[in-house]
Order: sequence, then C-alpha cells, then structure tokens
Amino acid sequence: MSIFEYNGSALVAMVGKNCFAIASDRRLGVQLQTIATDFQRISKIHDRLFLGLSGLATDAQTLYQRLVFRHKLYQLREERDMKPETFANLVSAILYEKRFGPYFCQPVIAGLGDEDKPFICTMDSIGAKELAKDFVVAGTASESLYGACESMFKDDMEPEELFETISQALLSSVDRDCLSGWGGHVYLVTPTEVKERILKGRMD
Amino acid sequence: MSKSVIEMPPKGGFSFDLCKRNEMLAKKGVSPPSFRKTGTTIVGLIFQDGVILGADTRATEGPIVCDKNCEKIHYMAPNIYCCGAGTAADTEAVTDMVSSQLQLHRYHTGRESRVVTALTLLKRHLFNYQGYVSAALVLGGVDVTGPHLHTIYPHGSTDTLPFATMGSGSLAAMAVFESKYKEGLTRDEGIKLVTEAICSGIFNDLGSGSNVDICVITKGGKEYLRNHLQPNPRTYTSSKGYSFPKKTEVLLTKITPLKEKVEIIEGGDAMEE
Repeated sequence: MSIFEYNGSALVAMVGKNCFAIASDRRLGVQLQTIATDFQRISKIHDRLFLGLSGLATDAQTLYQRLVFRHKLYQLREERDMKPETFANLVSAILYEKRFGPYFCQPVIAGLGDEDKPFICTMDSIGAKELAKDFVVAGTASESLYGACESMFKDDMEPEELFETISQALLSSVDRDCLSGWGGHVYLVTPTEVKERILKGRMD
Repeated sequence: MSKSVIEMPPKGGFSFDLCKRNEMLAKKGVSPPSFRKTGTTIVGLIFQDGVILGADTRATEGPIVCDKNCEKIHYMAPNIYCCGAGTAADTEAVTDMVSSQLQLHRYHTGRESRVVTALTLLKRHLFNYQGYVSAALVLGGVDVTGPHLHTIYPHGSTDTLPFATMGSGSLAAMAVFESKYKEGLTRDEGIKLVTEAICSGIFNDLGSGSNVDICVITKGGKEYLRNHLQPNPRTYTSSKGYSFPKKTEVLLTKITPLKEKVEIIEGGDAMEE
C-alpha cells in the first residue's frame, strides 16, 4: 500500500480569465474506513493565495503550520504579502530540505500575482515544481483528474464557467476513486472576491 | 518549567529528522512514494562557434505524464547552461545551487565563469552524496578557453566529449549523433542535427516526448529557443468543448469580498509640532 493511499485525497486547480479556482474532496479516511466527511484540504495563506495539501493528512497539517509560520515571519519583515511564485519557491525549498526523509504531501498552490495574473503550481513530495498554464492535479484520484481536466478544460474561461468545469471534473474523477469523495469544496478567486462553495456529491 | 524549542528557520543543507519515522512506516509495509522523474532525452554537441544543447519536454510520475512542457535546460551562468535528467527535484535543486555559487564566485573574482568551475562544483556535490542525489547532467558553455561540453553522472564521474547524450532516450539520440556528427558543423547544421537526435528520443523512447528545446551558446552570447519544434500538437480537441446544461448541486456558498488596495498619496502634510 502506498503511503498516499492511507488517507486518500483529490485536489485540482484551474486557471481562468483573471481568476483561478481550486477544489478538493472532503473525505478523510484511515485506509478503507471513513472518519470525517468535512475535512479541509485547502487553506488560505493570504487573501489572494491558497494552498491545497494532498497525501498523508498528518504531514499536510504539519507542513501547513510550518508554511503559515514562515509566511507570517515574511509579512513582519517585508510588510507585505508573499507573491505566489515566491511562496511556491519557499514550499519547494522546505520540501527539498527533507529530500532523504520527505513529508508525504503533494501541495497545490494557486494565487493571483501581479496585475491579477493567476498562478498555479504543483509539486511532488520532494519539491519538484510543475508550473502549468492550464490546470494541475494531485491526490489518489490524480489519474482520473488528468483525464477529466484534459478534456474539459478550455482557455480563458469566465469565473462561473470555470467553476462549473472544475466542479464537473472533480466530481466525475472522485466517483472513480474509492479513497476520495463525499462532496467537494471549491474556492473561486477573482480580483474582487473569493467565492467558497460546497458541492453535493455521491456519499460513498 | 517546560523547555520550549524555538523553531528557527534552518541554516541550510539537508535535514534528516523525518527519516526514522519514514523507516518505521516502511517496515510496516507502507511503500514510499515515487518521485517525479524526467525520463528524458538530453543532448549536447560542439559546433564551430560554440555549443548547442537540446532537450525534450516531458516529465513523468511513474507511467503518467505529469508535465507535457517542462523546462530541462537550466541556466547556470550567462555563458553556461545545463540539461538535467533523473529525479526532477534533484536536477532543479543542484543546478540552482551551483548557479548561485557561480554568481558568488563571479563577484569574488570579477571574471566570467568557466565551464570547468561549474563542472567541479557539480561533481563534488554529487560525489558527496554517493549517487543518492539522482541527477544526470549535460553541461555546456563557452568561456575564455573556448567551447566545452561535459556529462556528469549521478555518482560524480564526468566525461569531456565533442557530442554527448544522457537520459532514457540517450541510446536513440546517440545513434543519430554517431552516424551524422562531424567536426566543424555550422550553426544551422548543428541545430538540425540536435533536433533530429531529440526527435529520435521523443518518438522511440517512452520516457521522452512532447517538444524540442534548444540552446545555442557562442562567444557572443546565448540563444534559448524554447519549443523550437513542436512535433506533437494537440489536434483532437473538439471546437465546441464541453457544456454542462445540468449544473452541479451546491450546498453552501460563502462570498468574501477582498479588501480594496489602499492608495498611499505621496507628499501629504508634514506633522506639525
């Protein structure tokens, strides 16, 4: 059994026109037993930067706390928020530091950079960054997510269309994965607002 | 009184504090994750005015292609570039680290970096970790002593060659080089040969794919031709795309308006005593 299949997770982020969306499933399990159906995988780092962590839940929580600590130090020193590209470099460095005894997490970072340009990125568990212009996926459902996103994604989608596309991609992929599901949690971020929506999915 | 350990940001280098826990998990039958590799075909050759480096653009995670257009030609110095194969995090980290060390060295000496400097820094680091930092590199550049091309293996051994290939597609690319390489190639002939070698890797090796990246380094400067050739375009997308007439069911919506950015007006009234 792979360590990533202990808790189960599904994460996807997509880029639209001056906006981005990041979505996750809501199940937390211990192998085949479900122990929570409202688990938060996506956390806010600052108003325009979100971080989703898939993989082992305990490592995800520890890593999240470390990153929030580093970001708060940065805010005190620089008196401003971190840019998404800078944050991605920070996460990559923190993960690579543990190259020979890694955290079992795959982060998905999504944020609005300068001039409201959306930025998304994912990494493997030792910090190899993958900067994509369209979508990134992570988690046990990643193979289905690759397929769903590859066919459903279009360039330059408006926020509402982007929300519909990412929700359909997420729900159809987790339906084919036993370890993730129980609904979805979607954050749709535009320069003026953040819309957080909880989706109704299959409860099995 | 409890001893509190302040979690200061570490001084640098690797940290091994999770190794014991991970070993315990491995003993319990939990297999460690696979890391993202760059299956890869990377090549380099020396032509009459300098060096040409080439690479494919596929990154794999096991059997799945996770990045269809990644960059494998890394910047080391204005006159030195390095292609990387092996574990993606290792090639990126090692080339970034040596690039910073070269920049510091340039500040110390006030001179342009030499390719052998980059070579020695890389091989010392890789040998130090006895092959566990799994990075196989093709290093090329032009300095005051002329054009140079080297290959560096994960255990730290190096070779100096007129043409070189590394990665899972290296045999396919080397076949092309061995039959068509000759000394004193012109720039266009060199680019054509490198493109052919990478294409041979892309089409015949499963670990390599997508597009061809080329970097031409000469005494005058460098030319980075990102996606010089795209032999695998996506032609099957349907023009109308997907439309979802039946919307997803939403249980709860929460809207948080973002704060307006406050404009600071320069030259306000000075404070009066």
